[in-house]
Amino acid sequence: MSSLLKVDNLESYIGLFTILHDVNLEINKGEAVALLGRNGAGKTTFLKTLMNLVDTRSGSIELNGKSLVGIPTHKIAKMGIGYVPEDYGVFDALTIEENLKVAMWKEDKETLERLDYVLELFPDLKIAYKRMAKTLSGGQRQMLSISRALVNKNQILLIDEPSKGLAPVVIEKLAHALKEISQNTTVLLVEQNFAMACAVADKFFIISEGRTVESGSIKDLMKDKELQHKHLGVV
Amino acid sequence: MDIFVTLAINGLAQGALLFLLASGLSIILGLMGVVNFTHGTLFIWGGYVYIWIFGLTGSFVLGLLGAMVVAFAMGVFFEKFFVSRVYGNVPAQILITLGLQVIFTELVRVIWGATPLSIGRPTFLAGAWDISGVVIVHYRIFLIAIGLVIAVGIHLLLNKTKIGMIVRAGVQRPDMVRALGININTYFTLVFAGGAALAGLAGALYAPLVGSMTSTAGMHNQVLAFIVVVVGGMGSFIGSAGGSVLLGLMGSGVAWFAPGLATIANVGLMAIVLAFKPSGLFGLAVKK
Repeated sequence: MSSLLKVDNLESYIGLFTILHDVNLEINKGEAVALLGRNGAGKTTFLKTLMNLVDTRSGSIELNGKSLVGIPTHKIAKMGIGYVPEDYGVFDALTIEENLKVAMWKEDKETLERLDYVLELFPDLKIAYKRMAKTLSGGQRQMLSISRALVNKNQILLIDEPSKGLAPVVIEKLAHALKEISQNTTVLLVEQNFAMACAVADKFFIISEGRTVESGSIKDLMKDKELQHKHLGVV
Repeated sequence: MDIFVTLAINGLAQGALLFLLASGLSIILGLMGVVNFTHGTLFIWGGYVYIWIFGLTGSFVLGLLGAMVVAFAMGVFFEKFFVSRVYGNVPAQILITLGLQVIFTELVRVIWGATPLSIGRPTFLAGAWDISGVVIVHYRIFLIAIGLVIAVGIHLLLNKTKIGMIVRAGVQRPDMVRALGININTYFTLVFAGGAALAGLAGALYAPLVGSMTSTAGMHNQVLAFIVVVVGGMGSFIGSAGGSVLLGLMGSGVAWFAPGLATIANVGLMAIVLAFKPSGLFGLAVKK
């Protein structure tokens, strides 16, 4: 498999504070990868650094061998990175339809087919298609945010804590959808919900205090109770 | 009763002019977070360019178009070379836009002189109807019509086009618009320049209304536009329209019944709105 995203010795900062000290990871095409770690470990900052929403101090980030460091956020997105932020980033003043249309780079046949696909994947959005986004529940907002990242032909999806604040039944629904998405697209999933991560990913990285400290197969991690306890607080 | 109809028409005409000035200001503030004090100078440039072109060609339409084109070009220049460098820094925005306001207002005096320039209304809009004692000035009806046309145009642009969707999305989450692959900076320039063109149009329409243009007219009207933005709510197009009509009608009424209270009434309304609904009567919660 060829390397899609490669990050070496990444250091990034917000204001005066260095948040990421030394992050290293490599994701191959077609993989579903979970980025795990405790609260405040730097997972969200890592995704924001990839999108250049947080400044990089040193290190390298490459997508298909092309550097992303210093590239404006909109150009990074156009290189094929779909980003689903922790707070969904849904535009409340727009309808579901408008949220999706804003995200579409083109309105060609292929894009419209992808739009049909996401509406099949998340029927809730199809039913409420003309509704204002501000009226949506947390789960529906998450679905909309993921759908926006799916309407374009992206190479990789960065999804930040999709299960956060959602009811178990919605999490289960999302896990199924993300598993299906990961069959066709490379996914980097930041997640605190270990069960969700296990349901979607086949590989993991663990971040602790701004450093990648462990990586491997998610199946191995599921068996390693000590590692789970040490870095994820799973009892 | 007659006087109330006349005052209502005067107020709506004044509101239409204010709307042209305030709608751009409001969207610039809401979308870009920019406190823009160049609107006053764009307003007078619109007025002077209109008078100049009207004098050369005798064409009302060419005069209006010329005023809009010049103001649009100034908007692009201001945004690209000055305002874009101070995004996120409100004190610097105030200083830099106030500086531009001073420089370009002085330039008006250098080019056209400090004495007010007189201008009449175009002949086809110069008259008035007298309907049962109610005097309806053609030009004021024209201003109301222009205000409505521009309001409908902006409404359609914002709500029925992809550009409008992106602008509305950008008002709420510019970072997320960027993360979707859209260069919001291009939209920032377009919005700023579009707002500038509307300010230029307002100035061009204002000159024939009052019969002259003076270099001090910009600041006065700019202050009124800021009050509209605060009352209506920044980033809200409906707020700009509602606030402009409210201020126009109130100004017209106060000017007739208690002329001495005109300034107090405007500022008082703003203070009441700020005290009880700081986001404005139609304001959006803007997240940066």
